Amino acid sequence: MTAPAQAMPRRRFRLPFSPWHLVLVPATLVLIFPFVWLAVTSVETLPEALHFPPILTPHTIRFANYPDALHAAPFGRFFLNSTVVAVTTVLCNLVLCSLAGYAFARLRFLGRGALFAVIMATLMVPFQVTMIPQFIITKWLGIHVLAGVGINHLGALILPNAATAFGIFFLRQFFKTLPVEYEESARVDGASRLKVLWRIVLPLSAPALATLAALTFLDSWNNFLWPLIAVTSTSQMTLPLGLATFQGAHATEWTLLMAANVMSLAPMLLIFFAAQRYFIRSVAATGLAGT
Amino acid sequence: MTAPAALLRRRRTESAPARAGRRRPAASEQFAGWAFVTPGALIILVFGAVPIVWSAVMSFQRNNLLTGNTPYVGLRNYRAMVHDPVVAQAVQHTLVYTALFVPGAMIAGLFLAVAMNRKIRFISLYRTAAYATMAISTISEAVVFIWLFDPSYGVVNYFLSLLGIPQQQFLNSPSQALYVIVIMTIWGWTGFSVVIYLAALQGVPQMLLDAAAVDGAGPWTTFRRVTLPLLSPASLFLAVWLTINALQLFDEVYLSTQGGPLNATTVLVYYVYEQAFINFNFGYASAIAYFLFLIILVVTAVQFRAGRRFTHYRS
Repeated sequence: MTAPAQAMPRRRFRLPFSPWHLVLVPATLVLIFPFVWLAVTSVETLPEALHFPPILTPHTIRFANYPDALHAAPFGRFFLNSTVVAVTTVLCNLVLCSLAGYAFARLRFLGRGALFAVIMATLMVPFQVTMIPQFIITKWLGIHVLAGVGINHLGALILPNAATAFGIFFLRQFFKTLPVEYEESARVDGASRLKVLWRIVLPLSAPALATLAALTFLDSWNNFLWPLIAVTSTSQMTLPLGLATFQGAHATEWTLLMAANVMSLAPMLLIFFAAQRYFIRSVAATGLAGT
Repeated sequence: MTAPAALLRRRRTESAPARAGRRRPAASEQFAGWAFVTPGALIILVFGAVPIVWSAVMSFQRNNLLTGNTPYVGLRNYRAMVHDPVVAQAVQHTLVYTALFVPGAMIAGLFLAVAMNRKIRFISLYRTAAYATMAISTISEAVVFIWLFDPSYGVVNYFLSLLGIPQQQFLNSPSQALYVIVIMTIWGWTGFSVVIYLAALQGVPQMLLDAAAVDGAGPWTTFRRVTLPLLSPASLFLAVWLTINALQLFDEVYLSTQGGPLNATTVLVYYVYEQAFINFNFGYASAIAYFLFLIILVVTAVQFRAGRRFTHYRS
């Protein structure tokens, strides 16, 4: 019983390829087929796209679908909006969650426990419960305080997510693992608390900050429900919302729709591949933190 | 300053950790604490905490935006919910969807992660293909799958026709639409569950696997009796996380079927959205949203309870 069990893997290793390829190749084909089909349709002519049985290798390559899609809807604008919203949201989160996370981790102030408990409680509640008052508050802020953060402005997509309970909790947990001695000696040398945070704590926290940035970016970039509620005019739409609107208006023009989707997906895929290690580590970190 | 006084003061600073929490912190620390916390906390209070209370209040009001006044109506919204046939359907669809999606995504992720947890040629290519599904937005995901499952021109119908299966209606069919959404979302979440399971698999010590092999366990027994129990914390995390997301399904439904055909894909969040931002029944929508929150709380609590029994934490 023992002998064959030990011999088997050794024999397999000498094969020209591992038998796992026989599982992984079909699985990978299934996983990437939607991407491939998206790309293929995006360069087909409409008659070839609307042909049954489907034409898997188009006879005519039509790149004009891309400029046509750009003429049909302002995808450049959507892309810019998404970028502005995602980048600003990430920066705000890094600053505000660092400050709050550090205060909760290291500073003692009256009401700290109660405030932290309230913030943690909001983590449990799904967005659907808060979205209606959030809509009303955003609308009110736009009318009475600052138009730029009101309904139908990009600020409305940034401000409610400029700090998150998850970000504060995540950074607080990380800061608590850092040795307190560096901070204490810097304080003794007369550094202000802000300087201690900026010069000592944050440089030590680069991995946690990168994780938070990656997760916040993905969340913001792919957010759909809140932009759907908060934005109606085309000029303020983010990519997901713009694509959804475009799909509603051009439901039968599959080739243009696919070209538009390729354009929105390609930059994200490039960023993702370039920073794959960070994204993977971030996702794995949240998973392992939960275990 | 006399020597004993200086000594006393020194001793006091040295025992700082011991007095933490007992003595009032210095005014400057109080000030710094509040200054650091205020901007972030304010945003979370205004857009998170206040809305939680507000929507609870709203669920006891008649609030339909069109008329200015919002009278209290007691439990009327909740009573209406109980008698609303669409709510019953939405609950059913949400639970059926969750019951299929969560195990589906977990099994797909586990299977792929086990296959990919080895050093063979092209392995990073395989892994990247799985991870790539994490980069696609729910919108693009939905658009591609609507196209793949198109009843007239879709590739899936073509592949089925090669197997001799007649043309299917998929998203246009009340009996199939929800299952197509299950398939598209499992695909969309594959990358996530692969990442979680791969990270957990890399934490399984080779020593234990070797020991099992020495004791005569075959690969399948080793997997079931050694690897799988060691993966149970990751499984519990995935089960809880995927369930919370599944119960909040919205994007794909909004984009592919708008709850149709014949309400066949109306899930709870979609109905909340419809009531709130199409019919502007804020009060009624808040009641349904709170009901959904209750379902999430109960399901998650049950999962953690059940999870505690079969989850093995090392050390």
